[in-house]
Amino acid sequence: MSYRAHIQVTCRPGVLDPEGKAVKEALERLGFAGVGRTRVGKLIEIDLDAADETAAGQTVERMCTELLAHPVVERYSYHLEPRDAEAGEP
Amino acid sequence: MSLSVGVVRFPGTNCETETVRALGSTLADARVELLDHRRGDLADLDAVVLPGGFSYGDYLRAGAIAARAPIGAAVRRFAAAGGVVVGICNGFQQLQELGLLPGALIRNRTLRFFCGDVHLRPEGRPSAVTCELDRGAVYRIPVAHGEGCFWAEDEDLKRLEDRGQIVLRYCDAQGVVDDGANPNGSLGQVAGVANEGGNVVGMMPHPERNADRLTGNGDGRVFFRSLAAFCAGGAR
Amino acid sequence: MTTTATNSCEARSKRFDSAIVNRLRSLAEVEISPEMVRAHGLDEGEFRDIVAILGRQPTLVELSIFSVMWSEHCCYKSSRALLRNLPTTGPRILQGPGENAGAVDLGDNLAVVFKVESHNHPSFVMPYHGAATGVGGILRDIFTLGARPIAVLDALRFGPTADEISRTTFLGVVDGIAGYGNCIGVPTVGGELHFDPSFARNPIINVMAVGVIEADALVFGRADGPGNPVFILGATTGRDGIHGATFASDVMAGDGGESRPQVQIGDPFVGKEMMEAVLELTRTDYLVGIQDMGAAGLTCSSVEMSARSGTGMVLELERVPVREEGMMPHEIMLSESQERMLAVVEAGSEDRLRELFAGRGLVCEQVGEVRDGGRLEVRWHGRTVADLPVGPLADGAPIVARASAPPAGWRGDAEPGPLPEPMPGVEETLLRLLASESLRSRAYVFSQYDHTVRGSTVLRPGAADAAVLRLAGREDAIAATLDGNSRHVALHPRAGAAGTVAEAARNLACVGARPLAVTDGLNFADPGRPEVFWQFAESVTGLAEGCRALGTPVVSGNVSFYNETGELRVDPTPTVGMVGQLERADEVRGMGLRTAGDAVALLGTNRGRVSGSEYQLLVDGRPSGSGPGVDLEAERALIELLVRTAGERLLRSAHDVSQGGLLVALAECCLASGDDLGVEVDEVPGHGELRADALLFGEEGARAVVSHDPQVGGRLRELATELGVPFHPLGRVVPGRFRVLDLVDLSIQEMRDVWCPRAGVADFLWPADDGRAGG
Repeated sequence: MSYRAHIQVTCRPGVLDPEGKAVKEALERLGFAGVGRTRVGKLIEIDLDAADETAAGQTVERMCTELLAHPVVERYSYHLEPRDAEAGEP
Repeated sequence: MSLSVGVVRFPGTNCETETVRALGSTLADARVELLDHRRGDLADLDAVVLPGGFSYGDYLRAGAIAARAPIGAAVRRFAAAGGVVVGICNGFQQLQELGLLPGALIRNRTLRFFCGDVHLRPEGRPSAVTCELDRGAVYRIPVAHGEGCFWAEDEDLKRLEDRGQIVLRYCDAQGVVDDGANPNGSLGQVAGVANEGGNVVGMMPHPERNADRLTGNGDGRVFFRSLAAFCAGGAR
Repeated sequence: MTTTATNSCEARSKRFDSAIVNRLRSLAEVEISPEMVRAHGLDEGEFRDIVAILGRQPTLVELSIFSVMWSEHCCYKSSRALLRNLPTTGPRILQGPGENAGAVDLGDNLAVVFKVESHNHPSFVMPYHGAATGVGGILRDIFTLGARPIAVLDALRFGPTADEISRTTFLGVVDGIAGYGNCIGVPTVGGELHFDPSFARNPIINVMAVGVIEADALVFGRADGPGNPVFILGATTGRDGIHGATFASDVMAGDGGESRPQVQIGDPFVGKEMMEAVLELTRTDYLVGIQDMGAAGLTCSSVEMSARSGTGMVLELERVPVREEGMMPHEIMLSESQERMLAVVEAGSEDRLRELFAGRGLVCEQVGEVRDGGRLEVRWHGRTVADLPVGPLADGAPIVARASAPPAGWRGDAEPGPLPEPMPGVEETLLRLLASESLRSRAYVFSQYDHTVRGSTVLRPGAADAAVLRLAGREDAIAATLDGNSRHVALHPRAGAAGTVAEAARNLACVGARPLAVTDGLNFADPGRPEVFWQFAESVTGLAEGCRALGTPVVSGNVSFYNETGELRVDPTPTVGMVGQLERADEVRGMGLRTAGDAVALLGTNRGRVSGSEYQLLVDGRPSGSGPGVDLEAERALIELLVRTAGERLLRSAHDVSQGGLLVALAECCLASGDDLGVEVDEVPGHGELRADALLFGEEGARAVVSHDPQVGGRLRELATELGVPFHPLGRVVPGRFRVLDLVDLSIQEMRDVWCPRAGVADFLWPADDGRAGG
């Protein structure tokens, strides 16, 4: 079975996020009112084959802990979507 | 018996040439060679240096992919056996990604890359790049990085301090450690960290960029002399 | 998009073939209409020439190829006749204009390779990527000759940052240069920064790169040897920058919003991998020729390489590795995807080439072959889609005759502009100038550039008038500078351009280097306007005069026209990059004062020429008069003196007088001293004859402020007299205080607070001149 994993990696709540702060300030300068907590992170999309969704999830978990997210300062979340292996989209 | 030092080059490493040159000119007796990132065995070396640069373009996170290159496992084994491993700038990032040093190095709080001179104060336990430094002295060394802000959980930072693993801090020209002298926002003004044994050290500043009087005041040389002294002192 | 698809390879390849057949058919059916000719940037006369050359109508692919090769950016049709007047030869010139970069002999089998390029329009549309790809491109121009790049310099011009768009452009460009340069590991060591309303929608981004190579190892962009394979190296090919070459020649209609798809995106890690691989390749015995694919990508490189060798090529475009679906042959020919190069190797060495490139994540594909007969044949899936003679493509663009006339009311060498009444306070004016965007510390910018990587930077940005880089294993050193003064040139193009050459040479001589040669970046508005073409013609004349007088031939360069948006046209901006050589690296001196008790002196003559000065702009709001003029003989003598003092180690510091004038130059010497050293100046030549503001803020050239051990004053005066340079003691170096006559009495800290505002060791601020937004 073929899946596309959408993985989000963000910095952990206690970690300084100067980029989030800069984005918030830029939005406020543009006139957006009431802008609250702003965090900047990464989106990683990975197409993978697995026996089923559970197996795909386990693989993605390991990818996150072994490479994609830094254990000290980042946390991750993801969702999986089944995909048609023949779909032409690059 | 002459010291044998390997300087690792990954795709994207930029600072290996001057690191090799600084080691060679500071340590008359040393044999210095470049190591390919695919090398699997380091046993015949006394010390390994991970120099600065943008290995793998800093893709994903600085040092993340380099740490997972073939030589990564060899570096872990070498360090576990007591071998001296020094990480400079990107090399420091690689050592954290390898799990050989604690904490993380995140983006400078100004969000800007900063290249300039900083002042450093040595402290803590003797380490492979600080054991020959004079405790009361201040050293002027160039930095050049965009992600040099040292971060660790409060308890971890405290433990590092208690165990003398913080070996370099940013200070002003008079040696006063404070936030105004900190180029990147590092917690505790931390510029360099060692493992418990002192044989694995990471530092953000570039001593190899101040290893002679033409390009600076030569303050970088003592960091390399420390490396030789630490190896001779035989932690292995 | 979902389709009911089968797994059958056969079905897939049938779909593929029919897609190709459909595209070939649609290509063949394209009608070359007058609108299409115009859309390709060609006029009727050029189209008639094309038909005459071919003896038939061109195909769409052929039209595209002509449109870029005959675009201003590629063939210099408005400028090349005039550029022939520049001096380009000399005993140390190994390679002049005509190759990817120029090369000068440093002696003992080492050559310095350098060039400046512009990347103006893309940097307005997408500041980060426009600037980043500018750096990538100029670096490739250096290492394509086999030279390892050792330094980058950049000359940047923006509108004042109180204008939000100008500020965004400025910040994005600096970020882009840093992002690319820092990652690829070449130090960015110098340059300049200028703000003026004429650049508000037309930033000027000139990037210069310098490299070194054994003098006998230079490699050129040649396609010798019919039968030799032609390879594409580097990145895959996409749709980036298609028509970028014509884009650079078209006046932008609006705010750049619609121009986005045409800006190239580069990757400095791929650039770094390319650099290392290509440097290895240039050391092999099987490389015949190699060229960067810059403007007009595959088209320009294949045509130019063939033209240099008098050969031709056949290209099979389906073999070009692409990163987008459905690319048409003309798109492949015009793509400006970054980090690609075209190489010709000896037949039979293909496997060795592939092995060299293996494992680096880089493309290494044969896409054609060198042929006899001087024609470029482009084939796609077995069909010939273009068959053109190389000669007319490379050299046959009709030179466009342009009308030239000075702007209405230009009075030539008329009186300088009037002095302001009443005269403002000198001390207060100095502080305002030091705080202004024009003159304040550039640490905010250069601290974002890695300027110490490679451990070879002897003089860093801010420490002196030029950057100095040592050469491993040798005693000599290279100095480099990149300078311009668009305001002086706007007031008097010929004197201003000559003065720019002089300023560059003075900058090198101040650090102790003998000037060697020039690379010029010429940035102007629409040459179809007679006054703009006049500015260009006069500038080239002035450049030629300056280069001849100072013995610095032009070895490379580029021209960028059409720098205008709507009614806003750039000031004429010839930028001069110059490289020099110090006989011994340790003879170097910076501009900062070194020791209390040293004597301070002025070399040269004060003439009080405030026309075109920063002072005039600050007080009057606009420049007027005909500029400060230029005295090339006085410049030549001063440069000779400065160079001679290096060998005799007579000076502790040297700083030329340029923007801001004498008082600002003195202040800069104090601000650059590491220990807050200042000066006490008791005499200034011309004080009493010239009004104080003219004396202290005039920007005439041929002057330098130096400090020296008082003991060598006698020898210095003797040498100055011998060389015909006026020598005037001014005062002495003292700690902490800046006192000039009875007009200025400040602490160095007071000056530093306005000149270099900062919030921490690494946190420099850049407030807009109107006081808005810091950092």
